[in-house]
Amino acid sequence: MSTKTKNKNNKDEGKRDFLVVSTYAMAGIGAASFAWPLIDQMNPAADTLALASTEIDLSSLEEGQAITVKWRGKPVFVRHRTAEEIKNAQEASIDDMRDPEKDSDRVTNEKYIVLVGVCTHLGCVPLGQKSGDVKGQYGGWFCPCHGSHYDHSGRIRKGPAPTNLAVPSYEFLSDTLIKIG
Amino acid sequence: MSKAKFKNPVVKWIDHRLPIFSFMDHELNHYPTPKNLNYFWNFGSLAGIALVTMIITGIVLSMNYTAHVDYAFDSVERIMRDVNHGWLIRYIHMNGASFFFIVVYIHIFRGLYYGSYKAPRELLWILGVLILLLMMATAFMGYVLPWGQMSFWGATVITNLFSAIPLVGESIVTWLWGGFSVDNSTLNRFFSLHFVLPFVIVGVVILHLVALHRFGSNNPIGIDVKGTQDTLPFNPYYTIKDLFGLGVFLTIFAAAVFFFPNFMGHPDNYIEANPMVTPAHIVPEWYFLPFYAILRAIPDKLGGVLFMFGSIAVLFVIPWLDRSSVRSSQFRPIFKIFFWILLADCVLLGYLGAMPAEGIYVILSRIATAYYFFHFLILFPLLPYIEKTKPLPISISEPVLSGSSPASAFAFREKK
Repeated sequence: MSTKTKNKNNKDEGKRDFLVVSTYAMAGIGAASFAWPLIDQMNPAADTLALASTEIDLSSLEEGQAITVKWRGKPVFVRHRTAEEIKNAQEASIDDMRDPEKDSDRVTNEKYIVLVGVCTHLGCVPLGQKSGDVKGQYGGWFCPCHGSHYDHSGRIRKGPAPTNLAVPSYEFLSDTLIKIG
Repeated sequence: MSKAKFKNPVVKWIDHRLPIFSFMDHELNHYPTPKNLNYFWNFGSLAGIALVTMIITGIVLSMNYTAHVDYAFDSVERIMRDVNHGWLIRYIHMNGASFFFIVVYIHIFRGLYYGSYKAPRELLWILGVLILLLMMATAFMGYVLPWGQMSFWGATVITNLFSAIPLVGESIVTWLWGGFSVDNSTLNRFFSLHFVLPFVIVGVVILHLVALHRFGSNNPIGIDVKGTQDTLPFNPYYTIKDLFGLGVFLTIFAAAVFFFPNFMGHPDNYIEANPMVTPAHIVPEWYFLPFYAILRAIPDKLGGVLFMFGSIAVLFVIPWLDRSSVRSSQFRPIFKIFFWILLADCVLLGYLGAMPAEGIYVILSRIATAYYFFHFLILFPLLPYIEKTKPLPISISEPVLSGSSPASAFAFREKK
């Protein structure tokens, strides 16, 4: 075989490799772009995302009482805290908390604590909204599923939950009317 | 391969073009099987029959089921009350899941006791663990379909396990739900997947059988088949043994279906799902309890999830963790003791999974979880260095304790 043909062969091989690699690359991109709609269809649909916000009238909520409303398929807790509960929540030392957060950062009006009523561990609804409920060692909420204790500010104090109960985005439309979402 | 002779001209004609009859003759009729198999070898075929039962009853149930949050619960109650024989079909399906797991767990512990996962059957074992995983996913999604309280909250807790993944966890959970909580989208996709996954299981079962037939079954003494003197044709010897076992199995199964169909279920699942109220005690189905106990034993969310999935993941690598070349526990005196400890440990974990996560139960869960991982990760690799195994028999037809020499094995063969 002459040097010339050998070089020609090498050149052909290089060309063939290029064609093979680019074919695989294009096929890969094609497969991925076709797979994406199939995967993304499982994400929340437009109507689910457009779920209306919820308004809550707090005028009939007496001190020490709590109500639960449904927002985005989840319970939202609103508790009208007593002076003692507010004091407990504000004075608790945040240094040794798992998810340190000041009470003042978690409320708009310190009388009302508004929380997503879903345990941050594995999603159960904690007890503590009804008068007869077990409220846990810190007097806030207690999740019966795996034993997480939350305080008057909905902060995790004991048990497996990694973070505090979430505070939804909400605003006061008047002194006793809030809009969640 | 010996050419099968078929008398029927139609069979002959077909077999010449599509050798399906030769294949069945080879794999189900003449298929050489160790002659010393005990009744623990029945559970593979029982698992296959359980799978077929589930698929048949499941297809029929789906004809009467409505996968919508407003109708699902009622459609199941309609199956129970109004659909002809609906109660029977649903109870078979419901209890069938439990019995499927009973049979499969016995099958797995059989494999662990007799070292069936060892070379050259590693892939056979891995395919089996894969089937177990698929079964768990299928069973979990099936349990959600009746849309009772346990369905809903079980789905919530289990899907929330993925939120433990750092950074992307929350997005994954939203993706799994198709919303911001377990809702109609979740129910729809679970129904779709619950329908299709059993057929995926059938596919993996076929691979499992192909891998099995490559080297044939392991056997109670765990040594290789040396020749035809060690085997029997599958039919009629093991077809009849399997059928007898099936009769016993069906008797117990029927007793459950007809006399205590709700024994293994939870009364809370006859209350329609309510996203606002979590039942006081959320407990998964019994077959998930040991894994649930491991999840709760770890006082950290991500840690618990990792240990729970790890408890199944470790099963995949058992063939390489166990360094002993002796398969059967019959010749491994120390291994045998630890086998029973492992079995007791798994039963204890199952019990603890059903108990509330507090006090002594948490401590015991931690000890039992530690033992589970100790058994596979430390004991399996180290034991062969300490343990003195008993002498292995020369062959299946001639156990070593009979006092005969290899020559007499030959004589035995001649006599036959």
